[in-house]
Amino acid sequence: MESTVLRTEHFGAGFDDNQVLKDINIVIPRNMITAIMGPSGCGKTTLIRCMNRMHELIPSANVTGRILLEEENVFDIDPIIVRRKIGMVFQRPNPFPTMSIYDNVAAGYNLNGIRISKSDKDSIVEESLRKAALWGEVKDSLHRKGTFLSGGQQQRLCIARALAMRPEILLLDEPTSALDPKSTSHIEELVVQLKNAVTIIQVTHNIPQAARISDFTAFIYLGELVEFGLTEKLFTVPKDKRTEEYLKGKFG
Amino acid sequence: MMESSVEEAEKLMAQRTSDTKGTNGVGGTSMFAHREAFAVSEGTFRKILYVAGISVFILFIAIFLSLVVASYPSIKRLGIGFLYGKIWDPVASEFGALPFLVGTLATSFLALAISVVFSVPIAIFLGEYYPEGTAANVVKTVIELLAGIPSVIYGFWGLFFLVPAVRWVEIKLGVAPYGVGILTSSLILAVMIVPYAASLGREVIALAPSDLKEAALSLGATRFEVICKVVLPYARSGIFAGIMLSLGRALGETMAVTMVIGNSNFLPTSIFAPSNTMASVIANEFTEATGALYLSTLVQIGLLLFIVTTIINVIGKIIMSKLSTEA
Amino acid sequence: MKETGIHKRILADRLFKALIVLLACSCILPMFLILFFITKYGIAVIDWNFLTKLPAPVGELGGGIANAIIGTAILIAVASVLAVPLGILAGIYLAEYRKTRFAYLTRLSVEIIMGTPSIVIGIVAYIWVVMPMGSFSALSGGIALAIMMLPVMVMSTEETLKLMPDSMKEASLALGVSYPRTIMKVILPAGFSGILTGTILAIGRIAGETAPLLFTAFGSPFMDTNILKPVNSLPLMVFNYATSPYPEWHALAWGASFVLLAFVLILNLVAKVGMKKWKVRF
Repeated sequence: MESTVLRTEHFGAGFDDNQVLKDINIVIPRNMITAIMGPSGCGKTTLIRCMNRMHELIPSANVTGRILLEEENVFDIDPIIVRRKIGMVFQRPNPFPTMSIYDNVAAGYNLNGIRISKSDKDSIVEESLRKAALWGEVKDSLHRKGTFLSGGQQQRLCIARALAMRPEILLLDEPTSALDPKSTSHIEELVVQLKNAVTIIQVTHNIPQAARISDFTAFIYLGELVEFGLTEKLFTVPKDKRTEEYLKGKFG
Repeated sequence: MMESSVEEAEKLMAQRTSDTKGTNGVGGTSMFAHREAFAVSEGTFRKILYVAGISVFILFIAIFLSLVVASYPSIKRLGIGFLYGKIWDPVASEFGALPFLVGTLATSFLALAISVVFSVPIAIFLGEYYPEGTAANVVKTVIELLAGIPSVIYGFWGLFFLVPAVRWVEIKLGVAPYGVGILTSSLILAVMIVPYAASLGREVIALAPSDLKEAALSLGATRFEVICKVVLPYARSGIFAGIMLSLGRALGETMAVTMVIGNSNFLPTSIFAPSNTMASVIANEFTEATGALYLSTLVQIGLLLFIVTTIINVIGKIIMSKLSTEA
Repeated sequence: MKETGIHKRILADRLFKALIVLLACSCILPMFLILFFITKYGIAVIDWNFLTKLPAPVGELGGGIANAIIGTAILIAVASVLAVPLGILAGIYLAEYRKTRFAYLTRLSVEIIMGTPSIVIGIVAYIWVVMPMGSFSALSGGIALAIMMLPVMVMSTEETLKLMPDSMKEASLALGVSYPRTIMKVILPAGFSGILTGTILAIGRIAGETAPLLFTAFGSPFMDTNILKPVNSLPLMVFNYATSPYPEWHALAWGASFVLLAFVLILNLVAKVGMKKWKVRF
């Protein structure tokens, strides 16, 4: 088993004439947490949205280069398959408002028409909610609607929903930026535990958060991959001047 | 396509479960029997949506063309004289539609004039003085009820209550006591179209920027003056659009008018005279029309009605869309 | 400091407000008169026989509106079957393709059809169905009503779906759910209440329509459930009986008016209440 689960090769992306990402070459190690950080508008969200091919939902989107998932170019695979292998959790929690907690977690199966037995579904739901550290709080109210949960709980529900599909990679797009500090720390603890089961790529503009939880960090600025390496090293002895300035808070 | 997705999904499941580390996963491909039901491809679905959308447009075109084609015999035979011919005598093959044009314009504009006297105050009432609260709810409910009453019921009530009332007035005035006629129709029509201008007017009046109003008030203007000099000028085009909408509705209104207008095919001589509108003559004579030409002339009247109401509605919508881009 | 000037202005202000209130509240009068008299004369006629019997021939007492009630139901059913699925799909189209040229044409067509006088739509249904068939029928009446119902369905679906947040769509797509399934199994169910309300309002609107039925469904004294035959409906009955010279028929017309009015007003009420109760929280 390779230690790299995903890598990009001279990858670029943009909208019409606006080139958001240029020549990105990044290597994502398996079962690690890789933080992608940078100032607003640097292209970090665009990068992960290209990984699960959500970027192309916008008609003016264009891409160059390759993104290789287990050495297979994601742009050669059906996007629906890609999105089942690479899950995503969004900035604002978005559980499906018409579905119960149970159905939200099982949504990936229900909506795709994948038939599995009730007992299998029950075990997947429980397993996913346990992994998302939510099982204890909701096990007696699985059939209530997901929108009755608090913000932090809703986000963990969304994580459980993504995990239920057993993805190889979980993309987290600033998952705690809409949450209060207590929920934020719950989610951070959870993410650290999750890396055993799944590879994590987390976009964040919260520098201390990246320092706290990630193993590797990529710094993107103005669409370029400025620096990438072990978090410890990057934060203490950054190789690039721009990295150093960003860490010092000179621009955000 | 379906087969390969299932294979892909199976390959995917196998890969996933063999990669699972750490927490005990429910593993093994055998547990997951996946049959993908309802697999409409995205392309097909988008085409279906597109067809549904375009079919509405096609429906509109079909309506217009059908009317034109069916009126063609009449247009060809009668030409433009149709519009200013004063005599409508199908038995003698004389088809002059002027009586109906006059009847339609008279009832619609009279109704519009009467309704504006009430719909603008209602709009001001709800938009300015009482935007919320019991009074507002009462008036709003009444307006909604009035808008929901079917036309034939208005006509029925008009026939039994308004007509005798108008007859009484006509006797007092020394005019021929038909009871039915243009005036009665206009009265009923006015009640029916008040809700349109009222609700549209209320919306635009409520949108008037409060900082402008407050500036005027702080300079010592009375509420009345603020409304007249600040709010109404601001809401002018919205109120006008609402009036357009009411007019469109009045022009096409059939049943209530048919029941109280008196069904006379002669050119009306006063507002107390019985008459017919374009819509009511169609309602009255369509099933009795003998001969292709007769029917074709009635369809032509319908075509005229369609064109006029479409133009008025489009003008109203253009004003509305200009308003929302400015807002 | 012209005191009289200020007094005049304050007086004008008070008068104006009084005038506005008076004119605005005067709308209560016609509403009251109409509802009161329809109820008074209508209720007097209604009993079980009235609702279940067929209309009696001229001169005979009794009789009822059973065929009109069934006929109205048949016409609503035919119209709904035609207009609801197409209207919802066209509404989804407009909500998903907001700015394209065809969407603009579609929206324009919707508004034009919505503003078309109902009698003109009756003419069109006559040309399309009655003439080729050679006879009046519930089918032609249903088609006419479907044309009237369609724009309402399209607009209410579009309005409802426009309110759905993009995040819902993204959550579904990110799970690897296909676009058709995302729309049909996530977005549409979330908009169910709005669409249902729109349907109820549309039904309320066509239930009271008479003009398009005058030469399509035409009306009938018999009970007929065959959609290829002419059919009676409540508004048609009111029109035909109210304009007849027979007092017994006038009485039937009052009763039919009451039933029709009650039906339409209840539908509007249900729609209003339902809109609030069934709303999906995001």
